[in-house]
Amino acid sequence: MTLLEVKNLHVAIDGKEILKGLDLTVNAGEVHAIMGPNGSGKSTLAYVLAGKSGYEPTAGEVKFEGKNIFEMQPDERAAAGLFLAFQYPLEIPGVATMTFLRTALNAQRKKRGEAELSTPEFIKKVREVSGKLGIEQEMLRRAVNVGFSGGEKKRNEILQMALLEPRLAVLDETDSGLDIDALKIVADGVNSLRSPRRSFVVITHYQRLLSYIVPDIVHVLAQGRIVRTGGKELALELEARGYAQYQEEVLA
Amino acid sequence: MNAGVTTMRTAAETALAQTFAQARPRLPGAGAIAAQRDAAFGLFAREGLPHRRIEEWKYTDLRALMRDAKPLASPPDAAAKVRAKSAGASLGDVEARRIVFVDGAFVAESSDLANLDEGLSVGSLADALSDSDPALTTHLGRLAPSSDVAVALNTALMGDGAVIRIAAGSTIERPLHLLFVASEKPAATFVRSLVVVERGARAMVIESHEGPPGIDYQVNAALELFVGDEAHVDYVKIIGEGADALHVSTLAAAIGTRARFNSFTFTVGGAVVRNQLFLQFDGEGTVANIRGATLIKGRQHADTTLVANHIARDCQSREVFKAVLDDDAHSVFQGRIIVRPHAQKTDAKMMTRALLLSERAEADNKPELEIFADDVQCGHGATAGALDDELKFYLMARGIPAAEAEALLIQAFIGDAIEGIEHAGLREALMEQVAAWLKARGQP
Repeated sequence: MTLLEVKNLHVAIDGKEILKGLDLTVNAGEVHAIMGPNGSGKSTLAYVLAGKSGYEPTAGEVKFEGKNIFEMQPDERAAAGLFLAFQYPLEIPGVATMTFLRTALNAQRKKRGEAELSTPEFIKKVREVSGKLGIEQEMLRRAVNVGFSGGEKKRNEILQMALLEPRLAVLDETDSGLDIDALKIVADGVNSLRSPRRSFVVITHYQRLLSYIVPDIVHVLAQGRIVRTGGKELALELEARGYAQYQEEVLA
Repeated sequence: MNAGVTTMRTAAETALAQTFAQARPRLPGAGAIAAQRDAAFGLFAREGLPHRRIEEWKYTDLRALMRDAKPLASPPDAAAKVRAKSAGASLGDVEARRIVFVDGAFVAESSDLANLDEGLSVGSLADALSDSDPALTTHLGRLAPSSDVAVALNTALMGDGAVIRIAAGSTIERPLHLLFVASEKPAATFVRSLVVVERGARAMVIESHEGPPGIDYQVNAALELFVGDEAHVDYVKIIGEGADALHVSTLAAAIGTRARFNSFTFTVGGAVVRNQLFLQFDGEGTVANIRGATLIKGRQHADTTLVANHIARDCQSREVFKAVLDDDAHSVFQGRIIVRPHAQKTDAKMMTRALLLSERAEADNKPELEIFADDVQCGHGATAGALDDELKFYLMARGIPAAEAEALLIQAFIGDAIEGIEHAGLREALMEQVAAWLKARGQP
């Protein structure tokens, strides 16, 4: 079953075209990796999918479970099951992490016509998930990401993903700034959520994360387009040979 | 002497002069008090209402904003007293000792004066003035700045208010709530209170103002607060006037040695609000937190003017004021920290932040430092801006709808100032009020 279908997507930011006809199909249960050099459009793709303002398409279409996502607000996309783990998670002073998590979860449930979770149910659920990710309860009482280390912020993103149980999670350079122990924790968190119903798009510059989150399909994104698609061995090849050839190919 | 400049009197100024002339024989207090009234009125007669060419009133031109002066409120009738019984909801579940004033007059039967704590005495200003209470005459007018015309009008026309004394070493557990309610009359009230907290005593004083919408009543309230050496005082003012009210209020405080003083002003109501704080750090080693939160919309105008005067050394003061503005609202923050030559090692930091929810809203911030000592740590900062779109997107990307995301961010912005209030119940009551304000804005 096709979960996400991106066809001929063009996106310009401040008049400069970043994505130039990108195609991508993600089926339920698949883990895709999108690798590419800096400036190739990886983060732009992530933001377009999540619905950040200023990242509107100039051509092409994106369907999520058959629905045109450009007719949906960011919160509607989230409630429909689309999740973006941010490359740079934001700090929100004054909003306690627990309040944030609960507001988000219940807003999504409400939009889907499900009952809101009671406080004890919610707390139980957060404890379960945060325990697995090695997140201290004390951290959850603090304001969202305020005073968190880089690794803690990334783990907090995975915690949100685990709680919100999306159909499709886009991880935007979740490995950046993580040491090897934190990387393993994050990867374990992702792997434990893999299921035949849930898909992942893992955006990364390096192969390292893909040793822990093993992808089904690897794409190379260069100059705003997918220029090559292969199996997990493609990631190793990229690690060995770099991206230079793809940048030249497109330019040629 | 005769410079030949005759100021045109506005309708409001003329009416105030008439009010004083008529009321003077009936106003409580003779002798020194009457002389104080005359001197204060003399200042008003010379200066007129403060206007934009007076630096301290630059952003709040009272001469332009006060189209008329209402007659003095008559004593409340039985119906007004009954309606006032439901007042004070802004405090939520805070269990406080209520001292109630309706239309500026003390209402004993609505007040909670039974079983006063040991060391606490509460009375009305009208009684104290009529009795020429010596304790009153030694304190009254000592702290209120004599050059401020709003204060001068208050001194000239003060009718009633609270007189509270907390004896040395006493701890008053229940907060004292001075509750000022306006009834349905488009009238003016001039209330003056005096609170003396003696050495080592501890108390919390809440002053709240409310009234009905749709009535253009006028309030001029002043409170003189003496914080003794080693005393600990929490002072909270809630300005929740009706939407058409004019509110001018003044806190004048002197704080002794090694004292703790926390002040919080919450402004949500009133068409025009001018809130003045004159604080004087007279004793060494005192720690003070001066905070405020303002939430205004429509065409509301709210001015907070603060003067923190560090006279003694080794004091620490923190000033944090936040404002949220919607529609065409206008907020003003003027904060001046003065460090006198002997106030070495003063540590004073002032921060003011405005959040503008509309492109038409205006926030004026005027921080000033006047430092005459050479070994101090002082600073100030000011910001004004819109809601952060990046944060809003982050919340929305987690499924939170736009309006709810905005509400969450506004609550966080203002909550940062409210969090500093030590009393948990009051903190919650104020956050409830913030939530109610957001709801009225058409948000969840």
